[in-house]
Amino acid sequence: MPLLEVKNLQVRVEEREILHGLSLAVNAGEIHAIMGPNGSGKSTLSHVIAGKPGYEVTGGEILFKGENLLEMSPDRRAAKGVFLAFQYPVEIPGVATMTFLRTALNAQRKARGEGEFSTPDFLKKVREVAARLNIPQDMLRRGVNVGFSGGEKKRNEVLQMALFEPSLCILDEMDSGLDIDALRVAADGVNALRSPDRALVVITHYQRLLNYIVPDIVHVMSKGRVVKSGGKELAIELETSGYAQFEDAA
Amino acid sequence: MNVVVAKADAGRALSDVFASARDRLPGLGTVVDARKQAFASYQQTGLPHRRIEDWKYTDLRALMREVLPLAAEPDAEALRRAELVLSSLATSDSGRLVLVDGTFTPLLSDLAGLGDGVTVRRLRDVLDNAGNEARADLLHNGAIVDPMLALNAAMATDGVLIAVAAGAAPARPIHIVHVATHLSAAAYTRSYFTIGVGARATLLESFVAADGVRSYQANDAIITGIGDDADLQHVRLMADAPDAVNISTAIVTVGAKARFSTFNMTSGGGVSRYQGYITVAGEGAEVSANGVNLLKGSQHADTTLFMDHAVPNCSSREIFRAVVDDRGHSVFQGRIMVRPKAQKTDAKMMTRALLLSDEAEADNKPELEIFADDVTCGHGATSGALDESLLFYLRARGLPESEAQGLLIQAFVGEAIETIADDGLRELAAAAALRWLEARR
Repeated sequence: MPLLEVKNLQVRVEEREILHGLSLAVNAGEIHAIMGPNGSGKSTLSHVIAGKPGYEVTGGEILFKGENLLEMSPDRRAAKGVFLAFQYPVEIPGVATMTFLRTALNAQRKARGEGEFSTPDFLKKVREVAARLNIPQDMLRRGVNVGFSGGEKKRNEVLQMALFEPSLCILDEMDSGLDIDALRVAADGVNALRSPDRALVVITHYQRLLNYIVPDIVHVMSKGRVVKSGGKELAIELETSGYAQFEDAA
Repeated sequence: MNVVVAKADAGRALSDVFASARDRLPGLGTVVDARKQAFASYQQTGLPHRRIEDWKYTDLRALMREVLPLAAEPDAEALRRAELVLSSLATSDSGRLVLVDGTFTPLLSDLAGLGDGVTVRRLRDVLDNAGNEARADLLHNGAIVDPMLALNAAMATDGVLIAVAAGAAPARPIHIVHVATHLSAAAYTRSYFTIGVGARATLLESFVAADGVRSYQANDAIITGIGDDADLQHVRLMADAPDAVNISTAIVTVGAKARFSTFNMTSGGGVSRYQGYITVAGEGAEVSANGVNLLKGSQHADTTLFMDHAVPNCSSREIFRAVVDDRGHSVFQGRIMVRPKAQKTDAKMMTRALLLSDEAEADNKPELEIFADDVTCGHGATSGALDESLLFYLRARGLPESEAQGLLIQAFVGEAIETIADDGLRELAAAAALRWLEARR
């Protein structure tokens, strides 16, 4: 059974259909890349999987570990192991990053019927992961993402991924707004999370990110559908030939 | 049908209350004259209504419905119930002065715990002390013309006169606790707090009700004088019973180079108004006046502050936050006056309201009256719902909806609570906010 199975998904935003019957299967241990031009529905797909309000699913289904994901609240999905790394992580003034991390982790554990993390264990774990990602301690005391640079915000997303240990990570345009050095640090953090029990779905417009996070399978999206799937060489091919060839195929 | 008649009745009934209460009110001679004068001042408008500009958003003729008779002296049963409430307050580390149903109650107070340099007398004793010079001045309101404050002077039955000696620095907060144990009655209290030159103190005021008490009226006034170079931190936690009416006034005069920080949180009561008149009277004074309203059901809470800069080189900061759920109604009126002499005044005011339901209402009225030309003054106001994108981010990280909302509301009010420098008092305020949030879930 695939970890994530999207079957013939149709999604509307207000009156406009964005996804027209999209299908995708992701197995544990795999890294998938979803590429495509702007407006092809990549981000919509990631939002619908995470449960963002404002999208109307008019057809199809999403199964996660065999369960109907669309029936679950966003927090339930997170507790089940779905993690969306945001393209634009929000700033939350007044909520210290450390408080946020602990509240979120314990909420997930509680939803799964697990005990709360003890404070020393939690602190130790956060410090360990933060050090690996080059995140200074004072950043953890500040409000969530408040005053963080683009690179720091993305590293904070990776930090959460490492802490929450989700089984499905969706990275929405992780490279946007990052220079090469910041991208490398974030990508190293992501690569450290590769595991046979975990799948990564990397959504990106450019091939560049895939030099750092190397996918097993590449999908090309156009106009709300997956129009082609292949190995990592497909990404390189796209870099030279562009997306135009798929506009007609869709 | 007879709405108009009913409203007029409320004003008339109160004059009956004054007539019948007069014999029970402490003081003779000039004190009685002062009461009569104050009541006459009240009667010029009667209960304030929406056509009186200062009371535009808090129409007491509509909101107070009825005027309740003066509360009886607390009996043994009332004291027992008051004691139960006091034991539940998490403020053991303070010198406590307790007013039960408007009557100072030494039995429940901790006068010994007030610390060196702090003296306390009760208003009733001072007003009744016919042998000495009559202290009718304790019932004067100076230049402030306000019907509810006038009524307070007319009806005041008791209160505490607290003096912190020059240079004193009592270690623990001085805590005035108002406990209501009565049903359908009114308490009028009036207290004084003076802090001498170079002294340093913290004053906590709490308004609470005994278990099972829902409906009563409280009208309190506290007149505070802060000496030069003194430092006063003031926190006021209003947690009255759900159907109570609480109209309270604070009159503060701040001396030269003095620091005054005041914070009010209204999380209880049915209808309340907290009006603060702060006169920045000495050069180099720093004032910080902040507050939070946490409202649900059909609660109405009004915070009205008048910051009067009378002298040069002073600063004032006002941070106010309102969180309004259900059909609640929050009012913030902030008036800043900078008089012609008050050059180099630095005055800022920021108020924000968070509306948690479609029927919630927040009115905000900033007024800047600036008569000096070399000043830095500003104000800002916002109101809106919780940010959906922040909520989704938190939920996508595993926080259930109510928990995500709670975290954002805490952060929202946190900015005002953070202005409380004293750790213990700040934690008390934060705990009160948390209790409100938990009750909301």
